[in-house]
Amino acid sequence: MRLASFVLGLAFSAAALAQPAPVKIGMSMPQTGSLGAGGKAALLALQMWVDDVNAKGGLLGRRIEFIVYDDQTNPALTPGIYTKLLDVDKVDLIIAPYGTVPTAPIMPLVKQRGLLLMGNFSFQVNHTVKHDMWFNNSPWTDASSWSDGFIHIGQKAGAKTIAFLAADQEFAQNLANGARTLAKKAGLQTVYDQNYPPATVDFSAMIRAIRAARPDIVFVMSYPNDSVAIVRAINEIGVGDSVKLFGGGMVGLQFTPNMVSLGSSLNGIVNYNSYVPGVKYPGIEDFLQRYAKRALEAKVDPLGFYLPPFNYAIGQMLEQAINATKSLDHRKLADYLHKHEMQTIVGPIRFGPDGEWANPRVIHAQFRGVVDKDMEQFRHPGRQVILWPEQYKIGEAIVPFEKARGK
Amino acid sequence: MLFGILVGCFYAAVSVGLSVAFGLLDVPHVAHPALMVLGSYCTYLLGRYGWDPIVAGIALTPLFFLLGVAIYRFYYETFEKRGSDAGVRGLAFFFGLAFIIEVGLILVFGVDQRMVEADYIGKSLSLGGYRIPWRLLVAFGVALLLTAALTLYLSRTFTGRAIKAVAQDEPALRLMGANPVRIKQWAFGIATAVTALAGAMLIVVGPVEPSLDRVYIGRTFCVVVLAGLGSMTGTLLAGLILGVSESIVLTLFGASWAPAVAFGLLLVVLGIRPQGLFGR
Repeated sequence: MRLASFVLGLAFSAAALAQPAPVKIGMSMPQTGSLGAGGKAALLALQMWVDDVNAKGGLLGRRIEFIVYDDQTNPALTPGIYTKLLDVDKVDLIIAPYGTVPTAPIMPLVKQRGLLLMGNFSFQVNHTVKHDMWFNNSPWTDASSWSDGFIHIGQKAGAKTIAFLAADQEFAQNLANGARTLAKKAGLQTVYDQNYPPATVDFSAMIRAIRAARPDIVFVMSYPNDSVAIVRAINEIGVGDSVKLFGGGMVGLQFTPNMVSLGSSLNGIVNYNSYVPGVKYPGIEDFLQRYAKRALEAKVDPLGFYLPPFNYAIGQMLEQAINATKSLDHRKLADYLHKHEMQTIVGPIRFGPDGEWANPRVIHAQFRGVVDKDMEQFRHPGRQVILWPEQYKIGEAIVPFEKARGK
Repeated sequence: MLFGILVGCFYAAVSVGLSVAFGLLDVPHVAHPALMVLGSYCTYLLGRYGWDPIVAGIALTPLFFLLGVAIYRFYYETFEKRGSDAGVRGLAFFFGLAFIIEVGLILVFGVDQRMVEADYIGKSLSLGGYRIPWRLLVAFGVALLLTAALTLYLSRTFTGRAIKAVAQDEPALRLMGANPVRIKQWAFGIATAVTALAGAMLIVVGPVEPSLDRVYIGRTFCVVVLAGLGSMTGTLLAGLILGVSESIVLTLFGASWAPAVAFGLLLVVLGIRPQGLFGR
């Protein structure tokens, strides 16, 4: 009996030894702090991809081991986390954290070590680093691709003047600088330009100043906490009857809990987005249905339109490149990603030489007819009417802003 | 200027509890903002059952008082009683407590922002074309009442005077037959009870998320130190100075300079009057 147990034990051990080592994929993700809400939803989508691939037998016949640390939306933590992932956890591949601010500090490290890095909704972090193994999943490239639509819609509405309100940090400043140049080129006169520190408690004074400046369009570049406070302040103070368009680059208004909480206060705002219902991509609806079930358990963004599909797409692109090259070699994977069009649930993606999308497609949509305390309304087309780009457009902007708000 | 006064009063209201715990009791209470955020989430929970946020904040104060008593008792038994390095170890304890509260909130509520609804949120008072958000006016009123109530309590009641006495001369208080530990425990309970109401104001003024306490650590300590440790009216005035200076700087030089000028002001004041503006 003892001998039988011993032989059985040996057999199991041999089987375990024969099991190929997992493919380790590592990343940091903001799971707390100002980007935490989006980060957790994005992480769920990546975990879904890992589960899907493992259910099919893994990558190159090896299971995926997914190693994630919380960077607390703190850019000071990300270089240390990625050093640990590479030197202690010995990961095979890395994915960037969600957001520009946490990603920017790891770019020198990644370039120095010659690593493939899948970007995660960051903005222009490779602009000066010029790393040739960087591939961003975001549908924007530079400030032009992001702001162009908003300024174009504003000009069409007859705008001559513009006001800027921007958070004083990496992402917002990059976007603001680009938007200022674009506005100048478009002949828009800047009548108000304000940067604010990240820990601003109340925006009433700034909204009053914008109101006094009487701009035609107001371009706001804010992070989630600020975006909610700004929407609240415009609801209370009002931006004045001169304003035709308000919004542009407000991060956080894409997250379901914020949309539901702000409800009718959102009406009239024209803001960027990555996906809104009505845009048809193969496989996205199936993904969103599966995501919705898991999001409920994970207590994350229940609709998940903004980040989750694009994070799942990161996994799909890695999978496609690894299966095609039959390799985990970073250079080979990067070459493949540069040369081929990737098929994902957010549509086909082809990368330009800088690792950003060759054909950016930032959506600008206007909130309309939004009522309070109703999440389900956002599942249907029409609550966010796409104004830009032309290929997805389903309506014209309602201007001025106060009219669009129904006031 | 007016917005500076309103925001300044709000700063004072969120700092007044710390003024008791740190200013009077000398407890390095860095978990004060975390308890305040906990108060916001409790207010949010009651708000889901139709409670008005301020009423909810008031209703939560007895619970928070008991929580404060329990926290101080634990802190006293494990740190303060044991020796001279209690300050540094206590600091670690309160950092740990803040971290536990933050993680606990994330586990229970997730990381999404939470807001409450009330008739005075999202609306403004119009004064000849000048619109003032009601939520800031409500916070202003509650802050004034809270500071007045604490000032009266500390100066007119026996326990209040004992709390002030324990801060000034603990052995003398002992000679008078009072138990300093029980007085401190009571005072810490009051400081924590105040965080429930401050938390309610926090969620009235803006949305909250579990890590919001980090934003307020610097501001609340700045107000308390600027005021002079333990001065309630000083806390109100220091909050006003901070709010008004931020507002003026924002208007004249740009919002990015506001925190630098506020903390620069603190350095200047401490250089000239190390005991703070209203400290003795």
